[in-house]
Amino acid sequence: MSDTLLSVKGVETYYGNIRALSGVDVEVKKGEIVSLIGANGAGKSTLMMTICGSPQARAGTVTFDGEDITRLPMHMIARRRIAQSPEGRRIFPRMTVYENLQMGASLDNLKYFNEDVEKIYTLFPRLKERQTQRGGTLSGGEQQMLSIGRALMARPKLLLLDEPSLGLAPLIVKGIFDAIKVLNREQGLTVFLVEQNAFAALKLSDRAYVMVNGQVTMSGSGRELLANPEVRAAYLEGGRH
Amino acid sequence: MSNISNTHESAGRNLTARALREGFFAALVALGLFVLFVGLETTQNIRNELVLNQRWGLLAVFVIVAAVGRFLSVAYIRPWMAARKAAATSKAPAEAEESFFKRNFSKIAIAALLVYPPLMVMLFGVQGSLKWVDNFGIQILIYVMLAWGLNIVVGLAGLLDLGYVAFYAVGAYSYALLSQQFGLSFWVLLPLSGILAAFWGIILGFPVLRLKGDYLAIVTLAFGEIIRLVLINWTEVTRGTFGVSGIPKASVFGIWSFDVGAANYFPKVFGLAMSSAYYKIFLFYLILALALLTAYVTIRLRRMPIGRAWEALREDEIACRSLGINTVTTKLTAFATGAMFGGFAGSFFAVRQGFVSPESFVFLESAIILAIVVLGGMGSLVGIAIAAVVMIGGTELLREMQFLKQIFGPEFTPELYRMLIFGLAMVIVMVWKPRGFVGSREPTAFLKERKAVSGTFTTEGHG
Repeated sequence: MSDTLLSVKGVETYYGNIRALSGVDVEVKKGEIVSLIGANGAGKSTLMMTICGSPQARAGTVTFDGEDITRLPMHMIARRRIAQSPEGRRIFPRMTVYENLQMGASLDNLKYFNEDVEKIYTLFPRLKERQTQRGGTLSGGEQQMLSIGRALMARPKLLLLDEPSLGLAPLIVKGIFDAIKVLNREQGLTVFLVEQNAFAALKLSDRAYVMVNGQVTMSGSGRELLANPEVRAAYLEGGRH
Repeated sequence: MSNISNTHESAGRNLTARALREGFFAALVALGLFVLFVGLETTQNIRNELVLNQRWGLLAVFVIVAAVGRFLSVAYIRPWMAARKAAATSKAPAEAEESFFKRNFSKIAIAALLVYPPLMVMLFGVQGSLKWVDNFGIQILIYVMLAWGLNIVVGLAGLLDLGYVAFYAVGAYSYALLSQQFGLSFWVLLPLSGILAAFWGIILGFPVLRLKGDYLAIVTLAFGEIIRLVLINWTEVTRGTFGVSGIPKASVFGIWSFDVGAANYFPKVFGLAMSSAYYKIFLFYLILALALLTAYVTIRLRRMPIGRAWEALREDEIACRSLGINTVTTKLTAFATGAMFGGFAGSFFAVRQGFVSPESFVFLESAIILAIVVLGGMGSLVGIAIAAVVMIGGTELLREMQFLKQIFGPEFTPELYRMLIFGLAMVIVMVWKPRGFVGSREPTAFLKERKAVSGTFTTEGHG
């Protein structure tokens, strides 16, 4: 088997009659951190959701670990061990932190729960302090940690992160990005990251794609894109928050 | 009404004077409001002429009630509430330990329910206990069970179902028709009615899989009406509006019967006087067992993967699917499980009444059951039971208040006001306790250290 974990080929996704993605090609290899940057409405989150099967691609293929998953329903794709921390975090607000993490482990029916929950608590000690608290009472950063933690509880082969830095203070963003780096280096976790915070994302990534109007316009290593004048003009100097 | 801030340092005399003044104003307002509504009444006499009746006595009652009520409220109740609030805030941390009664509430309640029928027999005699066991006990427990069943769909899975009474009807007619046509016993038909109701739950579930919130509510409402209209119009089978009568009674597992002519007639076997009260007491324990079964299953399921999936589904459907949960089967099992308990309750209802007609399964019933679930605090079994006692017990109590006729005249029928009071009670509960009697959700996973974070801090559930 090749070392390509996820490959998106010629994917077109529509919302009704509106085309959101037109012929997108993206590839993620095992053990890589790949990020996708682009402006608001470029189709970044749509690509992420298309990989997850909701909405499904109208044309093109999504292949994961050698298997075509384009037409699988969302929960079957999740069962192939693609975990995501979705846009807006989507934690369960009335459940406690502990219960949220339990939900993440529902694929294996809590078989590895005790062992895995300790790993999450080592990665995000804040979650351990808050474990009996309801998800909705957490701060934004803690909710993001919980969302990532919940995704990791599923023992994913591929972790999809949709804007983990959204609405968070720079220091907390740094903490979360450091955690992603640790997961990648120490556990060899493959990460596909969608970000508006292009600077932080590119610094973290092995490779990156730039998306404009539903199409991938540029790709390269994180360092290359950081140095690229076009990228700098569009996403770094002007768009730096 | 004048809105004077309530400071408790004001001297007692001052307070009384103010209370008197406010009472007087309240009386004026009440007089102005009711002089035409209550004081004057128009009726038609035998020659179709409009006659104006004057009801000054009744008007006086209204005005006095308003004045005295306002006086008491300002002079006593409000200072008392303020004092209690101040006391509560000052010693709140010390009272962290819950009282014995509060901790063991459900055990005490179940024990009380078990001794309830013998107690009533002792207090009111065999015949006198009928009213208390049947009208209060059984009636309330049926609604407790229905509300607990609906709670699985609405409270746990967050699927707003306005047609729950349809499953109740399916259960009732399953028992009524199958027992008459095939002579099957209650103990065979009870599980069968549950299965049939669950089957209809899945039938309803399929078309509404994609719907949520208000859209789901409308479709389920329509489903409830469809079942009722089928029952009315399919006359060859259901006998339409005449209903099915002469439904056989249940027996004690086939050992003792409650049919007067039978050789194993229960009172005869035990050498007791003939009375229908024994049957009612038996039914009381039967519905108690069924209701407790519902509660037990709910509690067990909440700790199992399927129950956790229901609750997660209520919170966020997309997150659920992204965690590999099949939302289709999750929703269908919620509908089926809720419907099954509705079916059990329905077949019990048929056995208890001995008669079923479509009139028992109108939308109002669904609304009452849903109101009980919401008032009790969605998802909380204890809260829902309390709400059922208050709501159904309250309406039954109204029938007992015949003394009100002496005040409001002989045509006054208190039970006609039950919907008014029902509505008022709902408004009051929703103002004071917007999340129901027991509003905070109990976590299913307990850890050694528990931090009390009340559900009020979290965002409102969308369901």
